[in-house]
Amino acid sequence: MNTNSIQPEGITGVVDRVVARWRHDPTCMVQILREVQETCDWLPPEAIDRTQELLGVPRTSIEGVAHFYSFFYTQPRGLYRILVSDNITDRMLGNMALLDRLCQSLWVEPGKVSEDGLVSVDTTSDTGMGDQGPALLVNNYAVTRLSEARVDEIVDLVRGKVPLAQWPADYFKVEDNVRRADIMLGHALKPGDALRAAWGRAPAAMLEEIKRSNLRGRGGAGFTTGLKWEACRNAPLKAGQQRIVVCNADEGEPGTFKDRVLLASHADLVFEGMTVAAYAVGATRGFLYLRGEYRHLLDSLNGVLERRRQEGLLGKGILGVPGADFDIEIHLGAGAYICGEESALIESLEGKRGTPRNRPPFPVTNGYQDQPTIVNNVETFAAAALIAVHGGDWYASIGTKQSAGTKILSVSGDCERPGLYEYPFGVTVRQVLEDCGARDTQAVQVSGPSGVCVGAGEFDRRIGFEDIPTAGAFMVFDQSRDMFEVARNFVHFFQHESCGFCTPCRVGTSLLKNMMDKLHKGLGSRFDFAEIEQLNQLLKATSHCGLGHTACNPVLDTVAKFRPAYDQRLRRQDFMPAFDLDMALAEARQMTGRQDSGAHFKTEFGEG
Amino acid sequence: MSDTFTLDGKTISFTEGQTIMQAATDAGVYIPHLCYLPELKPHGSCKLCTVKINGRETSSCTMRAAAGMVVESDTEEINSQRRALIHMLFVEGNHLCPTCEVSGNCKLQATAYHLGFMSPQFDHFFPIRRVDASHPDIWLDFNRCILCSLCVQASRDVDGKNVFGLSGRGIKSRLIVNSKSGKLADTDMAVTDKAAQVCPVGVILKKRTAFKTPIGERTYDKKPISEVPDTPAKER
Repeated sequence: MNTNSIQPEGITGVVDRVVARWRHDPTCMVQILREVQETCDWLPPEAIDRTQELLGVPRTSIEGVAHFYSFFYTQPRGLYRILVSDNITDRMLGNMALLDRLCQSLWVEPGKVSEDGLVSVDTTSDTGMGDQGPALLVNNYAVTRLSEARVDEIVDLVRGKVPLAQWPADYFKVEDNVRRADIMLGHALKPGDALRAAWGRAPAAMLEEIKRSNLRGRGGAGFTTGLKWEACRNAPLKAGQQRIVVCNADEGEPGTFKDRVLLASHADLVFEGMTVAAYAVGATRGFLYLRGEYRHLLDSLNGVLERRRQEGLLGKGILGVPGADFDIEIHLGAGAYICGEESALIESLEGKRGTPRNRPPFPVTNGYQDQPTIVNNVETFAAAALIAVHGGDWYASIGTKQSAGTKILSVSGDCERPGLYEYPFGVTVRQVLEDCGARDTQAVQVSGPSGVCVGAGEFDRRIGFEDIPTAGAFMVFDQSRDMFEVARNFVHFFQHESCGFCTPCRVGTSLLKNMMDKLHKGLGSRFDFAEIEQLNQLLKATSHCGLGHTACNPVLDTVAKFRPAYDQRLRRQDFMPAFDLDMALAEARQMTGRQDSGAHFKTEFGEG
Repeated sequence: MSDTFTLDGKTISFTEGQTIMQAATDAGVYIPHLCYLPELKPHGSCKLCTVKINGRETSSCTMRAAAGMVVESDTEEINSQRRALIHMLFVEGNHLCPTCEVSGNCKLQATAYHLGFMSPQFDHFFPIRRVDASHPDIWLDFNRCILCSLCVQASRDVDGKNVFGLSGRGIKSRLIVNSKSGKLADTDMAVTDKAAQVCPVGVILKKRTAFKTPIGERTYDKKPISEVPDTPAKER
């Protein structure tokens, strides 16, 4: 974005400035590399050399991080680094045709850098703009509502080397699209209201209110928030330790974008919830871990934190109470879905590769730098702020018995009004479909690729921990959609996002991707179904974390419910090899420029 | 004072803080494993040591034993999962046993024999990986790396050197060397380092020793891996 700006200080000057800003602290490695790249456009070897000199850590620990996160580049990637969001909902809106148009106009191959080194174009996992796609990131800033016209304008801006800051502001406009507000999206609290309510009780009484509310984690797993907080509060502190509150805003599940809106328009409520949590568990340090795709929110969120410090709502002596200390630092992710897993998130906060830890011990006793840590979702903290003001009984009276309160759904796909819908728990899938203007609906993917695919016969099922738990994604597919391609998109997603730590997920997601691609090419057989079934059992039984446990779900769900989408791809009933003689010659044809009949195999392999 | 749990019906005693793997090993019961060595902190990544505890699968190298646990390990269901994991490791890298100088001393190969894994049916990935022969006494053949991290840990925790590290993500994960050039010769690795002794496969190799012990007379040629304890610093 601003390569010219490295000229006065040079690469080592940039690294010196960034490392000093992050207190020469190796636990801030992800932030240091991110900021160096923001100025240098990539991570040149001199930058890694200098970082190593200043921090005194092994070079492997810098390179290991730089090569783990998708958004870090150790090779030049151009002044403009364009990443087209590639969730299935972007595909349904024609992102691939727009990607082609972009690449052809810019004379660049997908995944590569243009010959003049100006621009690179690639795909990336869902960027959290499902309600206003197709979307892309340029140098990590979100551009929404792509059209052919907008793509053509972007091409001109890139060719003209117009700095990003001078691109039309409308490109970067991110709408909230709140379609149905309830207690959370419609709250009327002012900054400080929840804190004053919390401080009006003893910390233990505040924790008791949370327990009475029956609030459960909104990240998908639904662990009881009060129990998590209590375990952290009761965990012993060793000398020099403190308790930590972490807000998980690594909203990476494809199809989810509610946290984006909560942080864009209700940041005070979220920070207030974190501060209430800190009060209840006795924590003094907090982090917001924001996904790299939401870079556009970083400056305004830091602004909110600064304002809160000035208003006495954050920092030392909150509300004028001596000793009531709690502050929040924002760490930005760099393109790794796995960091939404709480122990991987903590590793990332510590400046490491985002690999899930062995558990037990759990973060509530041994979290950030081995200190007692709670990690909760953005929406969970917002709910905690509401509970501080209105009380646990009030909250528990909303929703259903096992699912108290409301849930914000991120609705996208085939419907007239995509956006956020907040309902008390217990709402039926059918009701949501009616409200969002969905017609001829074939299926809904609830809670993203790791969730559940709901077919038309199940639309009376209810959103809630009793029936369909969800982190919030609600992707709608009408009758025109090919559910096999939906599942294949999700399988590619898991393969791309597997951290590689454990054997079953690292290799299994790649095997699964290859099998789905084989079916896609029309080379599938019943034998492949048996293989997929076996892989699923293996990944469920032996994977290290939830990513591997759920990676086969999209395939198994769609095989069970939309079998014809698979059957039409079966060329033979028993077995079909993945190897195709004619396809094996494709590279040779490309190299020689031949397309004549002599360059093709006509006969089919193994006929009869 | 010690408590007990059952492993495939056999009563195993353990002391407070021991993992299932440690207690089983002490009792002379073999649980297949590749990324675990008794003298290093359990890593828990290969998943070969997955067992069922009270009906639920867990890595036995990281799970602490508790009194009364009912643990299953040597069952057809679990061994079939282990065969699939071995299968994955074979197709992920470039493992050509007949031409590999550690054939007979290789834990991947020996564990595959132990579990009755014979030939792969998944398509091979045939990744392109480097060989590093820059060091005077050691060469590295990354084709065979199974990402167990034992060398990373041994170098860091025992040798105090940090010669190795993991890089990349997912199927592109790879072992890297701690030098600007990326070459082993530019590190302070010595052939006597612990890190040079722990590789379960044929990545970290001592030069000029390849066939000192002929094929047919090697560790797992003589005895199956289930009968060979993980002795520290085994000479190859």
